[in-house]
Amino acid sequence: MNPTAIAIRTGVARGLVELRQSFTNGADLWGHFFWPLLMLTVMFFVRDTEFGSSGLLLGTLALPSILGMNVALAMVSMSQSLTADREDGTLLRAKATPHGMPAYLISKIISVGGGGIGDLAIFLIPGMFIVSGLATGTVGSWLTVLWVLALGMIASLPIGAVLGSLFTTARAQGIITLPVLALIGISGIFYPLTSLPEWVQVIAQIFPFYWLGLGMRSALLPDAAVAVEIGESWRHLETVGVLGAWALLGLLAAPAVLRHMARRESGSTVAARRERALQRVG
Amino acid sequence: MTMTALEVEGLRMRYGPHDVLHGVTFHARPGEVLALLGPNGAGKTSTVEILEGFRARSGGHVRVLGTDPAHGGERWRARLGIVLQSWRDHGKWRVRELLSHLGSYYAAYSTDRIRRPWDADDLIEAVGLNAQAGKKIKTLSGGQRRRLDVAIGVVGRPELLFLDEPTAAFDPRARHEFHDLVRGLAATGETTILLTTHDLEEAEKLAHRIVILSGGRIIADGTSAELARRIAGEDEVRWTVDGQRFTRKTTESTAFVRGLFAEYGEAVEALEVHRASLEQTYLALVHKAETPDTGPAEPEETNPAAIRSVGKHKEANGR
Repeated sequence: MNPTAIAIRTGVARGLVELRQSFTNGADLWGHFFWPLLMLTVMFFVRDTEFGSSGLLLGTLALPSILGMNVALAMVSMSQSLTADREDGTLLRAKATPHGMPAYLISKIISVGGGGIGDLAIFLIPGMFIVSGLATGTVGSWLTVLWVLALGMIASLPIGAVLGSLFTTARAQGIITLPVLALIGISGIFYPLTSLPEWVQVIAQIFPFYWLGLGMRSALLPDAAVAVEIGESWRHLETVGVLGAWALLGLLAAPAVLRHMARRESGSTVAARRERALQRVG
Repeated sequence: MTMTALEVEGLRMRYGPHDVLHGVTFHARPGEVLALLGPNGAGKTSTVEILEGFRARSGGHVRVLGTDPAHGGERWRARLGIVLQSWRDHGKWRVRELLSHLGSYYAAYSTDRIRRPWDADDLIEAVGLNAQAGKKIKTLSGGQRRRLDVAIGVVGRPELLFLDEPTAAFDPRARHEFHDLVRGLAATGETTILLTTHDLEEAEKLAHRIVILSGGRIIADGTSAELARRIAGEDEVRWTVDGQRFTRKTTESTAFVRGLFAEYGEAVEALEVHRASLEQTYLALVHKAETPDTGPAEPEETNPAAIRSVGKHKEANGR
C-alpha cells in the first residue's frame, strides 16, 4: 500500500473514533450542548423583538448569524485541540508512528470538522422551531448553507492549525479567545453590522466571522432582509473572495508551520510541559 | 540485515555556544540490551533523541538499523519502537481499540521474517492487561498505563526499542513487573533495546552491557562486572572460622577464597563474597570524569578470569 493511502485510511479511522468518542462521553457532550443551548435560550427571549423599523425580528436575524459564527469557531477548536494534543504527548506518539503525522492531521480535520457540524445541527434544528420568518423552504437555501459551510471550514481549520502551532500553551490558547470574542462582538452576529461605526465595520470585514454570518443569512433569510446589510447586498462574490483568501493563506502557511512545530517535539519537550502543567495544578 | 543495530561514532551536539556531547562513541549488536547511564545533564536525552530521529546532531557518524536517523523515512520509522512516558493522552480510547489502531500503521511493513503488527489481543496478553482490554485508558493505574506504554512501543514488532527512564516514579511492585516484561522481550533476541536510566540496579538487572555517559563523554563501556572491576580493591569477603568473624577487601576475591579454603578447609563458614557494587563504581567513575586532574581514569584490568568468577560468586550468593 502506498504511503498516502496508509495515511488516509488510518487518519480517517482515527478521526471517526475520536468523533464517536466526543459524542459518547459526558464531558464532551456537555461541551457540544452547552453553547447551542445557551444560544437557543437567547433566541427564545429575543424571538419577538423587532430590529428597528425594518420589520425583521432580532431572533430571525441572529439564528443564521450564530450558525456562521459556529463555523468560524471551528478555528478555535482546532487550535485548542492541537495545543492539548501537543501538551499531553498525543502528537509525539503520532510522530513516533510511521505515517503518524499526516494521519493525525486528517483525523483532526474529521473530528473537529465533524464535531462542528454536529454542533450546528444541535443548534439549527431546535432553532428553526423557535424563530419564525426563516426562508428554509427551498433547495437553493440549503445549497447556499452547504457551500458557505464547506468554504468556512476550509478557511477556519488550517488557520486554527496555524494558531495551535504558534501558541504553545493552554494559557496562550486562553488568551486567543479574547480577541476572538471581541471580533464576534463586532461582526454583526448578534446585531446588524450597519448599526456600528464605519471603522468598526472595516475591521469586521477583514475577518471570517462577519462573512460566514452574512453567508448564512443570505441562505436562510427572506430576500427582503438584505435591506439591513452593507450596500443592501448579500455580496456572495466578496464572501467567496474573503473566505477564499483566508483558506488560501491557511493552506499555504499550515504545512510549514505544522512541520516546524512537529520537528521540535521530543520526549524531553513533552516532559518539560508536563512538569510545568503539574506545577500549575499543584 | 545490518551487523550492528546502533552505530554511534564521534557524536557531537552543540546548543548555541554549549557543547553537550563531545564525540560520543558506542555500538549495540542486534538483540543486545544496552543501558545508557549517567547523571542529569550528562547528555543521555540528547543522545537518545538524536538516535530516535527527533533531534538533529551537530556532528559525527550515526547509524540506527543501518540508516542515518536524520534521513530516516517511514519504512525506517516502522522498524523502531519508542516507549514514551504517557501522561493523559488518548484517555478516552479503550486499551484494545488504541493498540489495534496504532498497529494498523505497521501492517504495510510486515515482512516474511517479522509479522507486523503484533495482534492486539496477543499483545494485551503479553503485557498482562487482559482485565483492562475494554477499559478507557484514563481509568488505568500508573503501572497499567506503563504497561500500555510498552505495548504501544512494541506494537509494530520493532527491531530496536528505546526505553527512556522507564520506571521513574514507579512503586517497587510496578517496577518488578516492568522488569519482567522487558526481560521477556529481550529473551526473544529479536529486539535490540536501548535503555536509559538513573537506576543502577535496573541497569544491572536488565542490561547485557552498560555505557556510562558523563559530561557529554562516554567514560565507561562494559558489563556491570567489568565496570565494577575497574575500581580496584572493592570486593569484600566475609567469613567465620571457629565462630570468629573476619572481613577482608580484595581485588582478587576468587584467589583469596581459594587460599582461604586451602588454609582452613571445612572450618570456613558463613562465607560471603560481595562484589564491588555498581553504585560505587558508577560514583567513582563519574567523580573521576568530573575532576580532570586525577590522571588516567581506569586502572588496567589484568585478569579476565577473575571477572568471570566474581560473576559466579554473585550468583552463588543469590544476590
